Amino acid sequence: MTTRTLQFKIYRYDPDTDQKPYMQDISVEIDATDRKLLDALVKLKAKDDAIAFRRSCREGVCGSDALNINGRNGLACLTDIASFPEGKPIVLRPLPGLPVIRDLIVDMTQFFKQYHSIKPYLINNDPPPERERLQSPEEREELNGLYECILCACCSTSCPSFWWNPDKFVGPAGLLAAYRFIADTRDQATSERLDNLEDPYRLFRCHTIMNCVDVCPKGLNPTKAIGKIKDMMVQRAI
Amino acid sequence: MSAKVTVRKFDAVIVGAGGAGLRAAIQLSEAGLKTAVITKVFPTRSHTVAAQGGVAASLGNSEEDHWHWHMYDTVKGSDWLGDQDAIEFMCRKANECVIELEHYGMPFDRTDNGRIYQRPFGGHMSNFGEKPVRRSCAAADRTGHAMLHAMYQRNVKANTQFFVEWMALDLIRDAEGEVLGVTAMEMETGEIYAFHSKATIFATGGAGRIYYSSTNAFINTGDGVGMAARAGIPLEDMEFWQFHPTGVAGAGVLITEGVRGEGGILRNANKERFMERYAPNAKDLASRDVVSRAMVTEINEGRGCGPNKDFVYLDITHLDPATIMKRLPGIHEIGIQFAGVDCLREMLPVVPTCHYQMGGIPTNYHGQVVVPGKRTQNEIVPGFFAAGECACASVHGANRLGTNSLLDLLVFGKSAGETAVDELKKSPKSHKELPADAFDRTLARLNRLDTQKDGSNVHESRLDMQRSMQKHAGVFRFDKLLKEGVQKILEVQKDVEKTEIKDKSKVFNTARIEALELDNLIEVAVATMVSAEARKESRGAHVRDDAPDTPERPNGRDDANWLKHSLWYKEGNRLDYKSVNLRPLSVDTIALKTRAY
Repeated sequence: MTTRTLQFKIYRYDPDTDQKPYMQDISVEIDATDRKLLDALVKLKAKDDAIAFRRSCREGVCGSDALNINGRNGLACLTDIASFPEGKPIVLRPLPGLPVIRDLIVDMTQFFKQYHSIKPYLINNDPPPERERLQSPEEREELNGLYECILCACCSTSCPSFWWNPDKFVGPAGLLAAYRFIADTRDQATSERLDNLEDPYRLFRCHTIMNCVDVCPKGLNPTKAIGKIKDMMVQRAI
Repeated sequence: MSAKVTVRKFDAVIVGAGGAGLRAAIQLSEAGLKTAVITKVFPTRSHTVAAQGGVAASLGNSEEDHWHWHMYDTVKGSDWLGDQDAIEFMCRKANECVIELEHYGMPFDRTDNGRIYQRPFGGHMSNFGEKPVRRSCAAADRTGHAMLHAMYQRNVKANTQFFVEWMALDLIRDAEGEVLGVTAMEMETGEIYAFHSKATIFATGGAGRIYYSSTNAFINTGDGVGMAARAGIPLEDMEFWQFHPTGVAGAGVLITEGVRGEGGILRNANKERFMERYAPNAKDLASRDVVSRAMVTEINEGRGCGPNKDFVYLDITHLDPATIMKRLPGIHEIGIQFAGVDCLREMLPVVPTCHYQMGGIPTNYHGQVVVPGKRTQNEIVPGFFAAGECACASVHGANRLGTNSLLDLLVFGKSAGETAVDELKKSPKSHKELPADAFDRTLARLNRLDTQKDGSNVHESRLDMQRSMQKHAGVFRFDKLLKEGVQKILEVQKDVEKTEIKDKSKVFNTARIEALELDNLIEVAVATMVSAEARKESRGAHVRDDAPDTPERPNGRDDANWLKHSLWYKEGNRLDYKSVNLRPLSVDTIALKTRAY
C-alpha cells in the first residue's frame, strides 16, 4: 500500500501540565485509503494518545469536529487530504473566539447560550390536532437551507461580530435558527421572535461580512436568513 | 486519580441523549420530575442524527395502510424471533408518536395535500406481504437529523437538565438487584460523580464499532450494554447484527435504503439487476439481511465490480435529477464526498456494512429491564429501564426492517419515560440508600487504567477486536471460523483488561475515554461471538454454513430447537435461553412461515 507523510503544526494546550499553549510540529504516515483530515487525525492519535479533539459521525452530520484548518474553519471529516498543498505543514487550531479547554477542544457554552436564546423550538399554542398540522410542499420548501444546520459553530466562530460580542450578538447559527422558526407556517410566535431580536446587538451586529456563508460545511447561507429577518423588522416598523 | 466521588440526587437519570433518551426526557421533564440526562456528546451529535430514510408509521397518507400489516411485516422481518406483544405495541403506537414529532416541529416533507410525505422501504408491504407500501415518513434523506433536532428543541422548551460531555461509567445495583443510578465522569475535569436516582433509563445506543467496517459513529461503543453486562444483567440475542446493504465501499458511510425506495437498483459487474433472482417479488426492496447476502454472494461468485471485484453498484442514474436533488440531497453530497461519484450521472459503489445491533438489554414493551428469575423468565429489575438500540424489547428479532429503528426509539423511549413517571408519581418513595460498594467497580477500573504498566495499546487492541469480529462473525458465518473467533476474542479481551494510556491528564482526557469505551465494546464483542457460535441454525441476519436451506428446514431455520432468545451472562461467559413471545396483545398470532420476498 502506498503511504505518504503528512506534516502538521497543531495547537496544543493541556491546562493540567502546560504553562501556556504552543504549536507542535508532528507528522504522520497515511495510506491511500485515508481520504479525509479526520482519518489522519485518528492516525495521529494512535501515535500520540494525548492529542485531544472531538469527533463522532465522521460524515458531516453531527458537527463535532469543527476546527480551524490552515486558517479557515471547517469539518475535519469533510476536508480532503488531497486539498492540502504539498510540502507545507497543515496548521490546525481550535475554533477561534471561544475559550480553549484543551488542544483542539473549545468551550462551546457561549455558542449554545446564544442558540438557546432565540427559543429554538416550535411555538404553537393551539390545541394539537388529531393528525399532523398541514403544510403545503411550497411552505415546507421555505425551511430548506435552514433546518439542515448541524450546530458545528464554524460560522459563528468565523464572524468578527461574534468574536467581539459573543455575549450580546446572537451570531449566524442562532439567527439562522431564529429564521427557521419564523419561516415555519406552523409557528405562531413571529412577532415575539422579532421583539426578541429588536436590539442594537442581537441581530444588528451582523455587518454582512459573510464569513459564515464562506465556511458553512453544509452550504447554508445565514447572511441571507439574517437579511430576511432585518427586512421583516423594517416591514413591521413602517 | 482521586477516589473522591460526589453524589447528586435526582428522581430519574437518563443515560444517552439520542432519540430514545431525548424522547424519554420529554416525558419526564414535562411531568415535572427532577431529571438528569447524562450524555458524552452534545445531544444533537448523537448518532440518531445520521439516520436518513425515514420512520415507519401506517399513516396511509399516500395509499391504504394498516398497523396490522406493519406488524406482520415486522414479525416476518424478524424471522419470527421478535416478541409479538412488543411488535403489536410498537406498530399501534407508531402513528401517535410520529404525529407528536410533527407537533414538536419536525420538518417532514409533504404530500401535495399537505400531509407527511411517505416513501416505500425494504420489507414494508401492504395486505400482509403483497406489494411494497409507502410507510416511511421522511424529511428528505435527513430524517434522523430533523428528528433529533426537533426532540432536542422540545427538551429545551421543557427545561430538561443536561449533563453534556459526561460519560456514565457503571451501573449502581444493590444486593437485592435494584438499580440506584450510575457513576459518571465529567469529561472536562475528570471528576467522578454518582447520580443517585429512583429510576435509571439507559438509552445509550448500539455498539457497531465492534466491527472494522461500520456505518456507525465513533461514539457507538455500547456503553450501556457494557455497563449492564458488568452489573450482572444478561444480554439478549447479541448474535444478530444487521449488515446494511449499502455502505459506501471503503468509507463505510451509510447510503439510505430510501435510495432504493425512490427507485434505485443494485447491479453487478454485468450491469444485471441481480435482486430479481433472489427476491422476485420485492426485488431491491427485500429485507436487509436478504439483500446483503445476495450482494455478498454476487461478489463471492466473481460478479463484483471494480478492479478487485469487491463491491456492487447502486444505480439511480435513471431517476429524474430533480427528484434526486429534492428527495436525496444528502446522498448526492455523500457520493461526492466519500465515493468521488456524482450519483446523478454515475453509479455508487456499495458494500454490506455493519449497521445495527438487534440484540441488547432485555426489556418488556413498557421499557422495563427484565431478567430470568425464580418465578418467571421475565422478572422486572426494579428501577431500571432501557430503550432504543441498546435495548432488546424484542421488536427486531433476527433482522430489523429499515425505518423501524427510529420508530423503536420513539415508541420505547416514550414508553420507558411513561412507565418511570407512573411509578414515581403513583408510589412516591425516597431514595434507597446506596450500598457501601456502590463506587468500587468504577474506582477499580479507573485506578487500574491509571497505574497500568507494560500494558496493551488501546488503538491496537480495538483494531484486533474489530478485525476479529469482521473475519469471524460477518454476513455469512462458518462453524470453524466461529469456533476460532471465540478463542480469538477471548484473547483480545485479555489485552483489553490491561490497556495502558500515556495521557494521564485530568482535563478532557480522550485517551482515557477511549480506553473506558473499549471496556464496553469488548463485552459486546464477546457476547456476540459466543452467542453466534452457539446458535446452530440460520435465522435472519445469522446465517451459517452448517445450517443450509433444505426442504425440512427452509432457509436453514430450525424452529423446533432454536425458536428462542439467547441470553449471555458476563459472569462465567455463559448462555441461557428464553422463549419467544408469540402472543400479541389483541390480534391472532402471526403463525410461523417460511420467509420469502
